[in-house]
Amino acid sequence: MSGAEGGGEAGDAATGRPVADASADEQLELLTDRLVDYRATVGRCDRAGLPDALAAVLAESTRVVVPADLPAGWLTSHPGEVIRDQAEQPLALPDLDAAGVRVVTGAAVAIAETGTIILDAGDHQGRRALTLVPDHHVCVVFADQVVGSVPAALRRLPDPRRPLTLISGPSATSDIELQRVEGVHGPRRLAVLLVVEPPEGGGVVR
Amino acid sequence: MSGHGDGHIVAHRPFPAAATVELGKPQLRENLRNATHTIRDKRLRLVAERDDWEELRASGARIKDGVLARLPELLDQFTEAATAAGAVVHRAADAEQACAIVTDLVRATGETEVLKVKSMATQEIALNEALTAAGIEPVETDLAELIVQLAGDTPSHILVPAIHYNRAQIRDIFARQMPGVDLSTLTDDPPALAEAARRHLRQKFLTARVAVSGANFAVAETGSLVVVESEGNGRMCLTLPETLISVVGIEKLVPNFQDLAVFLELLPRSSTGERMNPYTTVWSGVTPGDGPQQVHIVLLDNGRSAVRDDPVGRQALRCIRCSACLNVCPVYERVGGHAYGSVYPGPIGAILSPQLTGQAAGANRTLPYASTLCGACFDACPVRINIPELLIHLRQTGPKPAGERAAMRAAAQVMRSPRRYRSALRSLRWAAAPLRWTNRRGRLRRLPWPLSGWTASRDAPLPPGASFRQWWADR
Repeated sequence: MSGAEGGGEAGDAATGRPVADASADEQLELLTDRLVDYRATVGRCDRAGLPDALAAVLAESTRVVVPADLPAGWLTSHPGEVIRDQAEQPLALPDLDAAGVRVVTGAAVAIAETGTIILDAGDHQGRRALTLVPDHHVCVVFADQVVGSVPAALRRLPDPRRPLTLISGPSATSDIELQRVEGVHGPRRLAVLLVVEPPEGGGVVR
Repeated sequence: MSGHGDGHIVAHRPFPAAATVELGKPQLRENLRNATHTIRDKRLRLVAERDDWEELRASGARIKDGVLARLPELLDQFTEAATAAGAVVHRAADAEQACAIVTDLVRATGETEVLKVKSMATQEIALNEALTAAGIEPVETDLAELIVQLAGDTPSHILVPAIHYNRAQIRDIFARQMPGVDLSTLTDDPPALAEAARRHLRQKFLTARVAVSGANFAVAETGSLVVVESEGNGRMCLTLPETLISVVGIEKLVPNFQDLAVFLELLPRSSTGERMNPYTTVWSGVTPGDGPQQVHIVLLDNGRSAVRDDPVGRQALRCIRCSACLNVCPVYERVGGHAYGSVYPGPIGAILSPQLTGQAAGANRTLPYASTLCGACFDACPVRINIPELLIHLRQTGPKPAGERAAMRAAAQVMRSPRRYRSALRSLRWAAAPLRWTNRRGRLRRLPWPLSGWTASRDAPLPPGASFRQWWADR
């Protein structure tokens, strides 16, 4: 984790708010806490443990779809079929909509304070339909992609004109008597896998 | 001179008359009380998490004031950037023009059904009615908007439009109006109702070719539009169809991409009491291979330039439609959204509707009086709109309700002379004496003319048995 990027973001010019002075570890804790608060599931692993951790999350998956550029190494431990979305031959919506489909992607940035993951169609993220139509989204976030605040996250995006999706927990509604119901139209479940170096005792930490 | 706006922002009944009808619905009042108190408590908790909340509010107000100061220039910049990114930008002076543009764009696709993302701008211009008249079926995809649409009703809250229904009523609406609904699994349990809506809309999302949205923000620097939502219906409509048409009020602009950070922190905490809403989508024109390939943006004026011309009234255009002011308003809490006769209810509606339309339109002159001036709305507003100041400004500049004016004139006559005042009080006590025996509440619904103007919108107390002067003299 590079402290300059993730931890001590400089003071915020837009709001004049004080520096987010949380340490990298505290930020990861905060992000985990916020994600769980939104009823996402959060796992942790180190880089070497990523394939096993992903395989554990994907156990019993009937069909896994991934963006064209998802590193092949991530899924070496997953025994099932993996379908890549190709630019020349994009997966059809009914294929993404089929029961039991899970999608695995990376992310651009994650915001600890709000429990938000930003996808910008950059590396390992694919087009927007891919993370929208399947019922279950598994998102891999590296510790050096985690920042403290919303302004810091927006500054981190390489090109704001790319299509952006900010995700904070799974789809939810409170329209009926203000009772929160998860899984209305978007993915019903969100699983986040935090990849942390150096390893905390190695292997998968759950 | 800039023109006034029209559409579903003109009240057709005076507020006191509409409010009296709504006050007679105890179920509505119960629902509203629960909802507004729940949301306002959540909001307070989440706002308290931020020790820089006041600085954030000030930043929000400052950025929006800057936008209003150089609006024409920023609109040009936005248009240029969005066009460069592959969008087609249209401008509409009023509701009618905006509806015509959208209708023509949908017609050009040959489709007869469009999906809609919940949007105040499209409600403001009565787009659903215009599309229906043109033989195009608009389908609301936000759960609450769907409930309201299936019920043939109108929304009653900016954020939770179906807040006036409880689960049993929603179950009945779905059972009667939702095509193909599975009655065997349809209970009044909220997850079951949400599941029914999901099934109802799923096929439409996957096959729709045209969607219509609004936008929460528009970024001049990048030509981007932003939609903030929870359910994912927004993402579906903004991602899957081939053609996307967005109707955007010209005040939605922010100058730079980084300015969004301030509003993405202000909006969810103020509206739903969340740190962040589940989904936010930002798009800039067309991205090949990802999302709609025909992207249209209709920039809507509909009275906004006229509001901008008023140096006091201009601040109302800072509004980001969070609805925090509704949830803290003692008047809204009791009468609900329908009493305001506009798609913008509550404190913000009481100023924004008459400002956009001009106070002479319909019964909009009565809206600035729909307030106790308690100021809670100003405290709650994330962009520091001084709503009480604007209510008074509109009361001063607008036409006065005739009844109240007559009552005030009569009261002034009586109070101008101590003798007249004493004898008026004496006759009042005599006249009221028998009422004290029969009227246990001690309050009067209606006073005789010219005081009837006073009781048109409030009850009057019965006069006390003795005046202070009399009590003093008797000691």
